[in-house]
Amino acid sequence: MAMLSRFAFFLLWISVLSSTTHSELVISRIDRRVCRSTVLSVFRVLDDPKPAFFLGSMRAIGLSDVVDLSSHIVRALFSLKVENVGSKVVSEVLLAFPNMQAKNLAAIKTLYNEGRGKVKASSVNLPTTVVEPEGMPPELTFYSVSLPKGLEKGGTVSLDVLAVFTHSLQPFPEEITQADGQLVVYQDSAYYLSPYTVKVQTLGIRLPGGRVESYTKFPNAKLVDSEITYGPFENLPAFSYSPVIVHFENNYPFAVAHELVREIEISHWGNVQITEHYNLVHGGAKTKGGFSRLDYQARSSVRGASSFNHLIFRLPPRAHSIYYRDEIGNISTSHFWGDSRKTQLEIEPRFPIFGGWKTSFTIGYGLPLQDFLFKVDGKRMLNITFGSPMDEVIVDNLIVKANALSKQLNKVVLPEGSNGISASVPFPTKQGEEIKYSHLDIVGRPVLVLEKSNVVPEHNLYFQVYYHFNNLSLLGEPMMLISGFFLLFVACIVYMHTDMSISKSSASYLAKIQLEEVQATVQQIQNIINQCLAVHDKLDASLRDLSRTGDVQSCKIARKTADAQLKELVKELKPLVTFLHHSPQASHIWPKVEELVAKEKDMQEKMFLRHSTVVDCFEKKLGGREIENRIASQQQKLAALRQEVDDLLEFLDEI
Amino acid sequence: MGAKAENGPKPPPPLSSPPPFKALVKLKTKQQELLIRAAALALIYVLAFAIRLFSVLRYESMIHEFDPYFNYRTTLFLTRNGFYEFWNWFDSESWYPLGRIIGGTLYPGLMVTAALIYRALRFLTFAIHIREVCVLTAPFFASNTTLVAYFFGKEIWDAGAGLVAAALIAICPGYISRSVAGSYDNEGVAIFALLFTFYLFVKAVNTGSLAWSLASAFGYFYMVSAWGGYVFIINLIPLYVLVLLVTGRYSMRLYVAYNCMYVLGMLLAMQIRFVGFQHVQSGEHMAAMGVFFLMQVFYFLYWVKDMLNDTKLFQSFLQITLTCAIGVGTLALGIGMASGYISPWTGRFYSLLDPTYAKDHIPIIASVSEHQPTAWSSFMFDFHILLILFPAGLYFCFKRLSDATIFIVMYGLTSMYFASVMVRLILVAAPAVCLISAIAISATIKNLTTLIRKKSKAALTVSSKATSNLKASAKALLDQSLPFQENGAIALLVGAFYLLSRYAIHCTWVTSEAYSSPSIVLAARGAHGGRVIFDDYREAYYWLRQNTPPDAKVMSWWDYGYQITAMGNRTVIVDNNTWNNTHIATVGRAMSSYEHEAYEIMQSLDVDYVLVVFGGLTGYSSDDINKFLWMVRIGGGVFPVIKEPDYLVNGEYRVDKGAAPKMLNCLMYKLSYYRFGEVTTEYGKPAGYDRARGVEIGNKDIKLEYLEEAFTTSNWIIRIYKVKPPKNRW
Repeated sequence: MAMLSRFAFFLLWISVLSSTTHSELVISRIDRRVCRSTVLSVFRVLDDPKPAFFLGSMRAIGLSDVVDLSSHIVRALFSLKVENVGSKVVSEVLLAFPNMQAKNLAAIKTLYNEGRGKVKASSVNLPTTVVEPEGMPPELTFYSVSLPKGLEKGGTVSLDVLAVFTHSLQPFPEEITQADGQLVVYQDSAYYLSPYTVKVQTLGIRLPGGRVESYTKFPNAKLVDSEITYGPFENLPAFSYSPVIVHFENNYPFAVAHELVREIEISHWGNVQITEHYNLVHGGAKTKGGFSRLDYQARSSVRGASSFNHLIFRLPPRAHSIYYRDEIGNISTSHFWGDSRKTQLEIEPRFPIFGGWKTSFTIGYGLPLQDFLFKVDGKRMLNITFGSPMDEVIVDNLIVKANALSKQLNKVVLPEGSNGISASVPFPTKQGEEIKYSHLDIVGRPVLVLEKSNVVPEHNLYFQVYYHFNNLSLLGEPMMLISGFFLLFVACIVYMHTDMSISKSSASYLAKIQLEEVQATVQQIQNIINQCLAVHDKLDASLRDLSRTGDVQSCKIARKTADAQLKELVKELKPLVTFLHHSPQASHIWPKVEELVAKEKDMQEKMFLRHSTVVDCFEKKLGGREIENRIASQQQKLAALRQEVDDLLEFLDEI
Repeated sequence: MGAKAENGPKPPPPLSSPPPFKALVKLKTKQQELLIRAAALALIYVLAFAIRLFSVLRYESMIHEFDPYFNYRTTLFLTRNGFYEFWNWFDSESWYPLGRIIGGTLYPGLMVTAALIYRALRFLTFAIHIREVCVLTAPFFASNTTLVAYFFGKEIWDAGAGLVAAALIAICPGYISRSVAGSYDNEGVAIFALLFTFYLFVKAVNTGSLAWSLASAFGYFYMVSAWGGYVFIINLIPLYVLVLLVTGRYSMRLYVAYNCMYVLGMLLAMQIRFVGFQHVQSGEHMAAMGVFFLMQVFYFLYWVKDMLNDTKLFQSFLQITLTCAIGVGTLALGIGMASGYISPWTGRFYSLLDPTYAKDHIPIIASVSEHQPTAWSSFMFDFHILLILFPAGLYFCFKRLSDATIFIVMYGLTSMYFASVMVRLILVAAPAVCLISAIAISATIKNLTTLIRKKSKAALTVSSKATSNLKASAKALLDQSLPFQENGAIALLVGAFYLLSRYAIHCTWVTSEAYSSPSIVLAARGAHGGRVIFDDYREAYYWLRQNTPPDAKVMSWWDYGYQITAMGNRTVIVDNNTWNNTHIATVGRAMSSYEHEAYEIMQSLDVDYVLVVFGGLTGYSSDDINKFLWMVRIGGGVFPVIKEPDYLVNGEYRVDKGAAPKMLNCLMYKLSYYRFGEVTTEYGKPAGYDRARGVEIGNKDIKLEYLEEAFTTSNWIIRIYKVKPPKNRW
């Protein structure tokens, strides 16, 4: 707000003597100076307002109206000094606006300065509500300001009122070409419209500094440095009205979001995800004729002055995972920088926006949960701003951005399992509830919908949402996933271990069973043969030991154990082989198995033969060469057999 | 392959199977093998998916190219409005003023598949957007294709070949080119369906099981619903059957498999509205029917032979029957063709058999770059070492001839032929090439490893002997084989691994460099080496979507039709579904006429905006000026007033001062170069220097009378003009 007024281009001053309203928390220095000067020049007017209403008789002593027309949002800042000239104690002050203006009134705010005359006194925000007092003209809409304490007879009060109007600048002509500047018309009353008599009043209109086509000279107008001043007027009766029309150039980008849907999604895993869908239109004069890229690129400040091609968003600090896209994909033209105090996002729409052109896009970002979610009395409280973070002002640029939102939907998506939801918003909104289904949701997430139309940056205030949430609910979704996968694996295991065939007696089923048995048997046979081979290796080892140590006895023992083991194995082998022999399913492998068993037997015999030969030779103390000669042939045969057995085993393996 | 890995010392297994751990020893050999095989397959599955995600990582999750935008739009419609609405959808946004009956003119397999996946995920409470499903459909099906390739390889050769085939196809560039994430096109699921159908059919032939042939009929149905390439199946399978019949491999298994598959497949295929009764009416499907009847004749003959038991009698009977059968068949075909009941072959089919056909007769087919004959370089690019391994695999197949290997050989040879006729059909050849190469790799490596293992076993036996002379005896054993065999084998193995790793590197490189660009977003290197993105297409389409009346009609060349309807959400005159040649020719004629003539045509078509693609400022070469000759040809094909020589100077196509006067004043030229003469594009070059063609344009003073510039994107790639309303007559 402070910034808004600081960068104001347009100021419109009106001073009216009837209700003194002090608007806005912060007023730029210029504004305030102007305000004070009017207040000083206040005269006392002793008339009572005609319709007495329930208020006592009062009058506005002094009023200065500061209208900020820097953007397409019209900001009128009234500094009022109200005096009660009646006899009753008065607790309310009435403000009047013509219906034409009132329907564009987006926000109104009244501030009451306690420290009278002192500059930095604490100011209090006073409640301002619409009222329909009896006997007042129907063309006017009234707002009532409740004073903090009743105003005694003769007492005065200083109020600052900030009224924000949208759609109050009418482009004229309504259609311009790319090269033209944009001319707009602003209408107001030189006299402040008030149910009270006004003693002294001035009106100042600050223009953006461009061309001024025309302005109403009467009454008492001065144009100095792109600022038009009307007044001071003195002793105006109640409901004085004098139309004023200003026609001037304003190339401010008239960015209007027809609709903004802001979705604030809370995840208790530590993230607040904000998604904003904008439906943006340039609300200024419509473009006629073609758009020439050449002209736009060559002299964009002149040709295409009324267009805008980038927007700035001031996001909360530590915003992360920012994206910017639209219905057809990502938009790659955006810049982003941030420090610990703020995050700034500058986006460019896909094309420059000229008058009447539209675009729509979505931005999204994540925020750390601990910055926005607090625990209050056992409840969770979300404290987050209401409006759009789109910035109104770019400091270093001629183009100043603002947005007036025709309609805004704020959706607060709470985690699944939240209940007892309530919201507190500093201004009236339409509230509703919805259910949203996101990942792994079964009952859905409760969504609080806050709807407000005609939103201006002044509405960018904090609001609170309270709800109950049990931390255990956090575990629900991971558990769901875990159990889902667990069930999947269980199902797989069950499937692998159950017999799913329909007919247990069909030929193919039986054949399959038999085949499985055969395979198992072959596997067993292989195992046994492998064991036999291991025994053979042991025998070999014993022979080696013999040649090294000459210990005949231990060699004999080794032979005996090997013999016993082999016999055992052969015994085991026998039933398996017979089974295989009789099984019809095994007919194709039977010859191989038979061969394998035979070869192995052969090998055993050869092995023992060689063993005994060697042992004999050792006992006879024959020379090494002699022994070798004797067993050479056996050795060769054995090697060949071993090779064959290995081959057979491999063959069986591959079946 | 895994099985070998357990018993004792062994060479490392060829592909991706991890070395066995000590802990695994407890498992049975078979289980270990299963585990390793499953693990390798799972890794391949993930690999096939992951390698296709380059474009998502580099750009974003978006739909690529042209046709996928139509598929995306229809899928969106399907998920929003349900199947019945989709089936009966009359789309008035395309082919204005004719419109298009979407349900009856598309293959719905892809959209239905994506919608089903979307529903399933939604049911499992995954709140995702349908776009993500569409983007990832192709990689998902590519992953599934690797599984099918494994089973297919197992069926025709062995499990090892299957694993190699799965690994090869997972990263084969020929296949990746059409199945990267975002390439949401029919081919993405169709290659899966194609291979699956073939696998099931081969399985059916091998087993003679009715269940498998039923499954293959359903696979065929899915294929028919997904892609027009099903014609390849319905011609290849009869051809294969015919070859089996001729080579005397007729069997009851074949009879069961083919008949069941053909009859059921045909009936199922008729349920697809776009295909309808083509199976009995169109010339392309007649081969299958002929073979079907031939099978019956064969069966009958075998039966008669069984009954007769007399060779002489049977011989004469055979002659009579065969003559009769062929006579009746020819007569029926002749009558069918003459009476128009059986439609003749379509242009596309002809152009497959005769590569020069399209050039002479149907410019609209020839104008598509993916219908061009394939260059050798693109074979090398897409297949790399597979091109060399393919003949080797064929050799192995011939060495171990079976019904299954005959099939894969025929599939490989025919698809290779088609691939050389049309670039896009490399896609169809890719699975066959991968399978056959896998056989070569697997068989070679298996042979080599057996050699080495024999050696090492022998060495093991030798080493276990203490005495020295045993070694001599073992050496005697060695001498039976060739000298240096072991070393040679090792060298060859190392060579094979080197080749395979080169293949993997090549595939990754090709995927990341060539096939992962969405083509709707253009990227270039800037002057400082940074990446510059040209997002002009979407800029223009989004402008159309936002800032033109909802019922505006946009005229552009047909390439951009699908994108304009999908992204711009506006009605187009022609689009990529080139079903009406005359309509396209009308647009071509408008583009190549003088402005006032074009204005009349545009008025008659109710055109509000004209969109042209222009690359002169950025040097983007696939713009409308470069496509312009095709517009002239296609327009001239229907409207003889448009003559190609009018736009050429001595047979040369140019846009500079020496260009033909008609060229310099036709609508396309004017729209592309409007006010371009005032722009200096490159330092040191005159104003109006066209960077795409490297010349200074010939007509710098272009005045538009009936159109006005409505929008030009930031890099001038797309220019949109508004057609002015007619002037007052008085």
